[in-house]
Amino acid sequence: MADENPGTPPENADHDGNRRDFLKKSSLLTAVALTPGPVLHAASAEWDEKVAAAFEKVPLKLEVNGVKHKLSVEPRTTLLDLLREQLHLTGTKKGCDYGQCGACTVHVDGERVNSCLRLAVMEDGKKITTIEGLANGDKLHPMQEAFVKHDGFQCGYCTPGQIMSAVACIREGHAGSEGEIKEYMSGNICRCGAYSNIVAAIQDVKNGGQKV
Amino acid sequence: MPKQTAKEGAVGSPMHRVDARLKVTGAARYAAEHSVAGVKHGVLVTSTVARGRIKELDTAAAEKVPGVLAIITYRNSPKVPGYSDAKASNNPRVEGQEIKIFYDDQIHFYNQPVALAIAETLEQARYAASLVRVAYEQQPHQTDLAANLQQGTEPKKEKDYARGQAYAYRSAPVHIEQQYGTPIQVHNPLEMHAAIALWEGDKLTVYNKTQAPKLAQKDLMRMFQLPEENVLVHSPFVGGAFGGSSRIWPQETAAILGAKHVGHPVKLMLRREQEFNLVGYRPRSMQKMGLGATPDGALVGVTHEAFGNTSQYEQFAERIVHPTKSAYHTLNMNTVYKVVPLDVSTPCWTRGPGESSGSFALESAMDELAYALRMDPVALRLRNYAETDPENDKPWASKHLRECYERGAASFGWSKRNPTPRSTRQGDWLVGQGMSSGIYKSERQEATAKARLMADGTLLIQSATADTGPGTGTIMAQIAADASGVAPENIRFELGDSALPPAPIQAGSHTATSVGSVVHDVCVALREQLQDLARGQAGSAFSNTPPTDLVALNGELQLAQDSSKRVSYQDILKQQNLPMLEVTRQSKGGPELKEHSGKSFCANFVEVHVHALTGEVRVRRVVSVVDAGRVLNHTTARSQVLGAVVWGIGQALMEQAVIDHRYGNFINHDLAEYHVPVNADMPEIDVQFIDKPDPIISPTGAKGLGEIGLVGFAAAVANAVYHATGTRVRELPITPDKLV
Repeated sequence: MADENPGTPPENADHDGNRRDFLKKSSLLTAVALTPGPVLHAASAEWDEKVAAAFEKVPLKLEVNGVKHKLSVEPRTTLLDLLREQLHLTGTKKGCDYGQCGACTVHVDGERVNSCLRLAVMEDGKKITTIEGLANGDKLHPMQEAFVKHDGFQCGYCTPGQIMSAVACIREGHAGSEGEIKEYMSGNICRCGAYSNIVAAIQDVKNGGQKV
Repeated sequence: MPKQTAKEGAVGSPMHRVDARLKVTGAARYAAEHSVAGVKHGVLVTSTVARGRIKELDTAAAEKVPGVLAIITYRNSPKVPGYSDAKASNNPRVEGQEIKIFYDDQIHFYNQPVALAIAETLEQARYAASLVRVAYEQQPHQTDLAANLQQGTEPKKEKDYARGQAYAYRSAPVHIEQQYGTPIQVHNPLEMHAAIALWEGDKLTVYNKTQAPKLAQKDLMRMFQLPEENVLVHSPFVGGAFGGSSRIWPQETAAILGAKHVGHPVKLMLRREQEFNLVGYRPRSMQKMGLGATPDGALVGVTHEAFGNTSQYEQFAERIVHPTKSAYHTLNMNTVYKVVPLDVSTPCWTRGPGESSGSFALESAMDELAYALRMDPVALRLRNYAETDPENDKPWASKHLRECYERGAASFGWSKRNPTPRSTRQGDWLVGQGMSSGIYKSERQEATAKARLMADGTLLIQSATADTGPGTGTIMAQIAADASGVAPENIRFELGDSALPPAPIQAGSHTATSVGSVVHDVCVALREQLQDLARGQAGSAFSNTPPTDLVALNGELQLAQDSSKRVSYQDILKQQNLPMLEVTRQSKGGPELKEHSGKSFCANFVEVHVHALTGEVRVRRVVSVVDAGRVLNHTTARSQVLGAVVWGIGQALMEQAVIDHRYGNFINHDLAEYHVPVNADMPEIDVQFIDKPDPIISPTGAKGLGEIGLVGFAAAVANAVYHATGTRVRELPITPDKLV
């Protein structure tokens, strides 16, 4: 990974991904049209795969939890896998990879999204907030405190996604009643069954009037 | 012993979880999240037939993908030494020969691992896996339990049972005989199973998610024929397990073989569809209940017959008929249980395990009998209340089920219920109320713990148990605080590592009793050693003080009559020139455990609303009253029962893994098609505890809590649906098609 931010842990330098099949077989003419000539040439001539791979990385600028990253990523990398495997922000969880469980919820420019359904390259120039960026230093975010207070989790695996969703739920104005909270938190599955405690935590924060 | 006043103790207080901060900040590290230098990524390729052999295997295209280190199949895989030894391949907890990964060309179930792509990045490995071409020579398969009942055999681990006359219900004045069924249910923990395997010479380290670090280590020692000191299993956080992390599964074996082959650590996480049958599931059950009674409701005969599926290669048996044996007083009883081998993977324990499937039949049948007798369902259960365990005539270690019924009925408003089915309607919704009772074993297994008092007065307790979510570390700190006199905030409890002192699996509701007891014992021993040191110290203020006059509190020994006379634990160590004080204890309880029947109990009361036109069922209100002995932490205990209720709603109304028998595969293998309860499905839930200490099972007074809330729960929902609609659904889940 070519990350110019020195604060990020070092990663394998020869990040030699490959989308040869995509280039060779894709029927998306626009994609072919936009692909640099040397890559197409390399692909058709079956040159060294690594040469081709080098061309297939896409530059990407992201701000994650206030830290600016200049990255070079494969187009097929999801935002979730970028966070977990390359930026080592494992607080964002993988629960299904299909946008069905909500464990990977992060904020992109303030909106909650399932990061497993986003390709990282789609987020160029955007600001990402993960669970690691929610607290203010040692001081927990009010929603994190409320989850602790109301025992809004058991195993803890869905928790980061629940908390990111819960913060967004209030910001969106979808925490007006218990029923509304339940509805707007139903994209986040909790298999341990902490749902009623999660609702209590959100109501506590909402009614406490703290800024989220 | 120094005096400890229970009401001031940490046990019972609603203390927040000790690992809460790690969990809400994302700092808790689960299986795939440990930082291991040089780790490579593995992605599994799995079979697309249920039975047959691999005819062709083409890995050439996959191997050419940049970044790929290897494609591992049965042709090039390192050997698992244990696979060539039938004894070593028999997991002692299930009879048979466990599935052998990358061993030969044979396919035993759909989704069986056939290849592992290993690459520098996850994306490369995933792409390479997609290029592996496998052709199969297919053989006919059997995956339908109903079509194969004649293949059923009595399992080696669960023998048929009878007392009095078998099938006596048939000659009773009032009797019912019905068939019930429960579908395959999948654990589906939110954390998909993952493993990182690392070889250092002949030393193996596995980061995984396990409910049992020591059992996982033993499995690996057996499979790879390694001594204990060469196998380390590390699993500090488990993102949900529910029984599904109770043994070593293919993802660990594949990662280990992969790491051996490429000479680097390998990380592997299952995909959600692989969660459905690579890591066990609750087997399908088909059951028949016969209940006979006198006209005043006294049971004269109970018969429970059950079939469950297993795999062709292992015999998984569960305690499906156990609740029937012990729940109600009756002189005549027989149970029959058969397992049927199918071309599927081996099932495994799933929350509330067999007892929850069996209780669905028993508690539904009790409701049917109550209607046949024109009797109230609570009254019928009280009429047949068992004062001793009917299975073996042993006295109960403790039983407060009567109080569960009374409190539950009062809180729920049961007395206001009109028993006539379909008698209450609110607009388009039919309203129904139902109840059930639950019984689950409460026992204790051998466990070991080490307590180390540090020079700074903090206390470290270690035991190789797990915390899959109940809050083990939290209650252990509470137990340790009361027993040692060290404040809970100065106690750290370490778990989730096979190098720690041995503890049993976290399953079957026995962690609080097994590990809790030894944590209690080791901390009492530590405190007694501190007392002896303090009293033996030259010039000590306590040299003539009998131990009974000493109080251990806040990390100090104090004179009971005069708390100004005190000595801190740090000072005791300092005076003795001790850098620390360490005590290890092993504990399994005395003969009184064998002389009593240990059980937890519950009573569930449920209100449902059923849409008259669409058949949609909404659970509106739940009262769950649980007798699980002394409650160690009211916050975490309540959360566990809330979880059981959520599982019960899923089991009753939604969860069903559907096999397409033409192909032998699960067709709804993701969280969009396999429905689990979400937040909007939650009713108002009232959890209550009897909270009376059990005098037998453990010194803390706790009984088991993890499973009991789920046992019988689905029947309470089904009984409420019958009350609402007049339709009795005997095959779970209760989906709208069964009501319209």
